Amino acid sequence: MLRFILGRMVKIALILLAITILNFCLIHMAPGDPALVMAGEAGDADPKFIEDLRAQFGLDKPFIVQLWTYVSHFATGDLGFSYRQQMPVSELILDRLPATLLLSISAFVISLVLGVVAGVIAAARQGKASDSIISTIALLFYATPLFWMALMAVLLFSVQLGWMPAFGYETAASDFTGLTRILDIAHHLILPAVVLGLFFMATYVRITRASMLEVNRLDFVKTARAKGLKPSVIQRRHVLRNAILPVVTLAGLHAGQLVGGAVLIETVFAWPGIGRLMFEALQSRDYNVLLGVFTVSAALVLMFNLITDFTYRIVDPRIRLK
Amino acid sequence: MLSTTAMRRAAIAAACSFAATASFAQETPVKGGRLDLVVQPEPTSLMIGITTNGPSLLVGGSIYEGLLRYDENLEPMPSLAKSWEISEDGLTYTFHLQEGVTFSDGEPFTSKDVVFTMKDFLMETKSKWRAIMEPVADVTATDDYTVVVTMKEPFGPFIRSLSYNVAPMVPAHIYEGTEFATNPANDKPIGTGPYVLAEWKRGSYIELDANPTYWREGLPYLDDVVYHVVPDAASRATAFETRVVSVLPGGSVENFDIPRLAAEEGVCTTEKGWEYNAPLSWMWINNRTAPMDNKKFRQAIMYAMNREMMLKVLWNGYGKVATGPITSTIPFYDAVEPTYEYNPDKAKELLKEIGYDGKALRLLPLPYGETWQRWAEVVKQNLKAVGIPVEIESTDVAGWNQKTSQWDYDLAFTYLYENGDPAIGVARNYITSQIALGNPFNNVEGYSNPKVDELFAKAATAPSDEERQAAYTEVQKILQEDVPVAWLTELSFPTLYDCSVQGLVSTANGIGNSLGETWIKK
Repeated sequence: MLRFILGRMVKIALILLAITILNFCLIHMAPGDPALVMAGEAGDADPKFIEDLRAQFGLDKPFIVQLWTYVSHFATGDLGFSYRQQMPVSELILDRLPATLLLSISAFVISLVLGVVAGVIAAARQGKASDSIISTIALLFYATPLFWMALMAVLLFSVQLGWMPAFGYETAASDFTGLTRILDIAHHLILPAVVLGLFFMATYVRITRASMLEVNRLDFVKTARAKGLKPSVIQRRHVLRNAILPVVTLAGLHAGQLVGGAVLIETVFAWPGIGRLMFEALQSRDYNVLLGVFTVSAALVLMFNLITDFTYRIVDPRIRLK
Repeated sequence: MLSTTAMRRAAIAAACSFAATASFAQETPVKGGRLDLVVQPEPTSLMIGITTNGPSLLVGGSIYEGLLRYDENLEPMPSLAKSWEISEDGLTYTFHLQEGVTFSDGEPFTSKDVVFTMKDFLMETKSKWRAIMEPVADVTATDDYTVVVTMKEPFGPFIRSLSYNVAPMVPAHIYEGTEFATNPANDKPIGTGPYVLAEWKRGSYIELDANPTYWREGLPYLDDVVYHVVPDAASRATAFETRVVSVLPGGSVENFDIPRLAAEEGVCTTEKGWEYNAPLSWMWINNRTAPMDNKKFRQAIMYAMNREMMLKVLWNGYGKVATGPITSTIPFYDAVEPTYEYNPDKAKELLKEIGYDGKALRLLPLPYGETWQRWAEVVKQNLKAVGIPVEIESTDVAGWNQKTSQWDYDLAFTYLYENGDPAIGVARNYITSQIALGNPFNNVEGYSNPKVDELFAKAATAPSDEERQAAYTEVQKILQEDVPVAWLTELSFPTLYDCSVQGLVSTANGIGNSLGETWIKK
């Protein structure tokens, strides 16, 4: 087990390094110059201003020197400095990460729980009205553009009914502390998390339903029925447990995308997360922030892959870790 | 002559003093309360002596102050300078500073800070200031509260270059002898303004608290001001509808949303507060290549565009069709000919006359949202109607900067601020010395005319307003004849606000320079 983990960690470190170098090259190949964007934002610039900016951030050095500087700093855990925001990248990311994780994990749990439960029900009632209703609703949420669904939810629940805050992570400049603050954040979280959760729910419904139906046809299920077990027990203990592997795979992939996957929702709901940080960094060619976010995102994908492998082992003891 | 005008201005300013603001507030101001408004995009820094983008100025303008403020006619008003004199020959400016002013860290504000800001700090951090200081021989402090600026030659625009956005006064005791760009005080700004930074939750909001030691008695009225960062335009509109914010500064929402929001009960609008910046939009026409190098082709573009319709449909009538290089709210504007009404037949005639071969043009829209995108589409249609095919090349902000700075375009949308005086905000767009590859600003179109260069130089240093006017009138005529760029609209960005908010805009610099006098009617 220990050898397995150590081996995987070395592999992860190497992949991460390769991804970082690749990202560095790709980002620098894109048209656009951070110094020009900053000059543009300033509304005025003379050649000295632009040259000073390039020199300040090392952009005047040859590409290979910039790459070496970045990689050597990266190896020591230093993600660099944001040109535009004048802050260390790691500080910026750590500042935004909790909000993104809170939103994404909440949405992830909502989509997974609702999706699996709805998928199980749909499979159990295959061909009946409830099966069609569940499938239709799930697909409707999936087919609706996410930003539109978010805007409609805001119009209904915030503007018309006034039940939910229209945007933000918490009430701005409030003096809330302790439980009051937690409840305030939870109140702000509901709308974005539910919208994002409902969007992703459809895939879990479809996978769970298909997988359940497939397992239902296998011999051991017939045996269980012949033994006279209650249908609910058969579904829960025998069918679901065997049908859940594809869902775990999907969930593993989905979890890896948590960091960067909520850009639209973060934008509509003014949620101060990593997605927005990445989008703004992309627009301003803030190379170091972009690379930092990509690296954290890649690290999360690799970590969740590892967790998925462990989960397989728990869900299905026949799978051995090698 | 200059001295008479300048002295008259000083006298008017002194007479108006701070009581001038009373005219904006008809009722007795109420102390207390919190003002919520939108800032978009999020400022990158609040140290406006270094970072001068619009959002930074909107927030930072309540933390830092300049020596002067300007009323809607761009006449100087006292701020950190309580009075000033300009010598007969226009070569000496003497500023008398307010006494008893302290920075928010408790240190006194004196002439030492002014000299340091003008001679050291801004010279290092601001390209615009370097240009303003070119005709300045020296800045000296004669005592703690008197600063004397001596000029190499008369430079009329100087008196309109001392606002918070051009020359914010920074504390010498914090910055002297340090690396300005990385000084820790940049994150915890220390100014003399009516508010101080309380909290900045990046990605969410910026909270300013009233400065308890603010030097203007009884101000500010508000307890605190909260700027919400809301990245999506539709969400900003919703924030206003639900009154989470009660002010939408100009440019916060898409233009097509303005009439709907303005029609709501209890919503007020104002177009004031943009007089200093005077944003003017135009299309750069790349003068370097055919057929754009032909003046008649450029005139044909002007005749082909239905700019009245663009203003009415795309901007809901807010703003004004531009006549030429100087915005009509800026001093020295003159309504000279030629001007270009919508006349597609005339455009076709001109194109025929020069034997235009139908070469397609590449048009670069400004990547600032829907209105600009639609504007490019209307231009495309207008030009197509007279036989000029246009391909729109959309890009993001970084790509736009790259293409314009490398002159890789045929037509490119832009807009620029005129900054209170043609010598500061207009000349740079047309004079030969401002053609610089790799710079997305100023004379990007590549227009060069020695006569224009000479007239702009003469106008900047002419000893009297009359002589300045004569030079500017002539240069406007030449430019309007030559059409180096295709002027579109004198932009107006209306501010929407809840009518309970009073005294929101009291200077030509708008909300960024006025919140000290803002109050909320109970």
